[in-house]
Amino acid sequence: MTQPILEAKGLSKRFGGHQALLNVSFQLFPGEVLALAGDNGAGKSTLIKCISGAHLPNDGQIFMDGKQVHITNPQESRAAGIETIYQDLALAENLDVGANVFLGREPMTKVFGIFPMINRKLMRSASAEVLDTLEIHTRLDKPVGDLSGGQKQAVAIGRAIYWKARVLIMDEPTAALGVPEQRKVVELIHRLKSQGVSIIFISHNLIDIFAVADRIMVLRRGELAGERLSKDTNGDEIVKLMVGG
Amino acid sequence: MSLSVKEEKPRSSVLQTLSAVWSWLFLAFLVVFFEVWARIAFGQTFVLNLNSVQSILMAAVQPLLLGLGLTFVIVAGGIDLSVGFIVGLASVIGARVMQELGSSVPPFLGLLIGIAVALVASLIPGLINGLLIARLKVPPFIGTLGMYGIARGFGYLSANGVTVPVDNKVNSDFGNTSFLGIIPIPVLITIILVFIMHYVLSQTKFGQYTYAIGGNKQAAQRAGINVERHTVGLYMLTALLAGIAGVIYTGRFTAGAAQAGEPTMLNAIAAVVIGGASLFGGAGTIVGTVIGALIIAVIDFGLVYINVSPFYQFIAVGMVIILSVLVDQSRRSVVGS
Repeated sequence: MTQPILEAKGLSKRFGGHQALLNVSFQLFPGEVLALAGDNGAGKSTLIKCISGAHLPNDGQIFMDGKQVHITNPQESRAAGIETIYQDLALAENLDVGANVFLGREPMTKVFGIFPMINRKLMRSASAEVLDTLEIHTRLDKPVGDLSGGQKQAVAIGRAIYWKARVLIMDEPTAALGVPEQRKVVELIHRLKSQGVSIIFISHNLIDIFAVADRIMVLRRGELAGERLSKDTNGDEIVKLMVGG
Repeated sequence: MSLSVKEEKPRSSVLQTLSAVWSWLFLAFLVVFFEVWARIAFGQTFVLNLNSVQSILMAAVQPLLLGLGLTFVIVAGGIDLSVGFIVGLASVIGARVMQELGSSVPPFLGLLIGIAVALVASLIPGLINGLLIARLKVPPFIGTLGMYGIARGFGYLSANGVTVPVDNKVNSDFGNTSFLGIIPIPVLITIILVFIMHYVLSQTKFGQYTYAIGGNKQAAQRAGINVERHTVGLYMLTALLAGIAGVIYTGRFTAGAAQAGEPTMLNAIAAVVIGGASLFGGAGTIVGTVIGALIIAVIDFGLVYINVSPFYQFIAVGMVIILSVLVDQSRRSVVGS
């Protein structure tokens, strides 16, 4: 069996008296799309926040390529190759695509050989390139706020890919979109998968889950309720796992 | 299949271009208007004489210096109401230092020490503003309104409630002579600062992060930008520019006054808004602020020049502020969201 790119062992997280996550383990393999399903409050967000560095788990270990990593903040998670795309996408809508892809890591050049200056040309051409590999075509000179919901999603994904994300965590990427745009995001996930990116896909929407996931992992009240290969299961079984009984 | 945008035809490219350059056009219109009026009424030229231009530029110095800093703060989604009294505080402190030094040091050195102390002093309220807003999450409007009062009080206390006269030849030269006999020194300093601030806002990471914070503070944070430190930096920069306006005031009037910046404070905010900045943050440019400040200066000076009661200045500037926001809104609705 191939080595998992990301593995979590026994993750637990308590908030005061509330056990949000209890002893959850899972593996994610290269080029795999793992869907994370569960009712509200089942612990989906807590789990991904432990991996993305937003929460510090009380217990458990995380491994990348078989080596243990210590993730205590979002920067460390990113440095390990894990990019999280939250529902709000974290884009500065007043800035253009290039500026968003490079936000916080702008390439510099020099004007008159002395004054440091942001290299906007490089930012634009590099982001055009990465969006091309994802077959996304969008205006690069417009503020991101002028783009559609699906295109914004694409910019956020493009940013993650540019910075060599090997594991992409997507939190409800289709929730805020219209139906045609949802379909495009699903296509985009297939394309990323074919390029070898591993994806954890969080969703309420069983149709989307079955459209993209290789494997489905269900959480219930902070615990792992079950894990199925998509081809071996159906919506009814997943719902049963979600609600229990 | 791909996520492509259909090339949309601009809904009204003429209107769009017009609204983008309206402030330039409006400035040009004002100049022509006063020029025609002056020629018809007095047979004189308004703008084609050095004195008028110098006076307009001198009138623009203080609102522009405050406006430069305010552009940064407003682009980042904040506001600074305290700058007017930071001008006064710096003016008084610089004057007091020069007064105390008297003739114990050469006048040039006295001026340098006065300026240095005044500028350092101006950074203190800026630092406190920044810490209040960034660390303690006080809304900028409230935090800087508090500092407005505090700086005002300290300004008057340091001046003992009166203006502080300065007897220093170099100081008065600093505020009243012209470079090559053409460009007044305060105007020259302001022009240099305009170029520097334009460069910083449009070309550096500091400027880019200012826009990012104004656009989406959380996104900036997640991108690894130190939003707290940046915010403190913004308010200190604004206070420093107000301090520079203060020492220029002391030079120009050879006295320090706690109320030195009071009349221009709101004009400075007006200049930034007329220049196209959004009070919601995320948009604004130094060039816009320069145009905004010039529009206000031309209106003020022009109305005096054509013998209209100076009280009309307030009405005219008020109308321009409202007009500029209306133009901005119509531009948005034309471009769409």
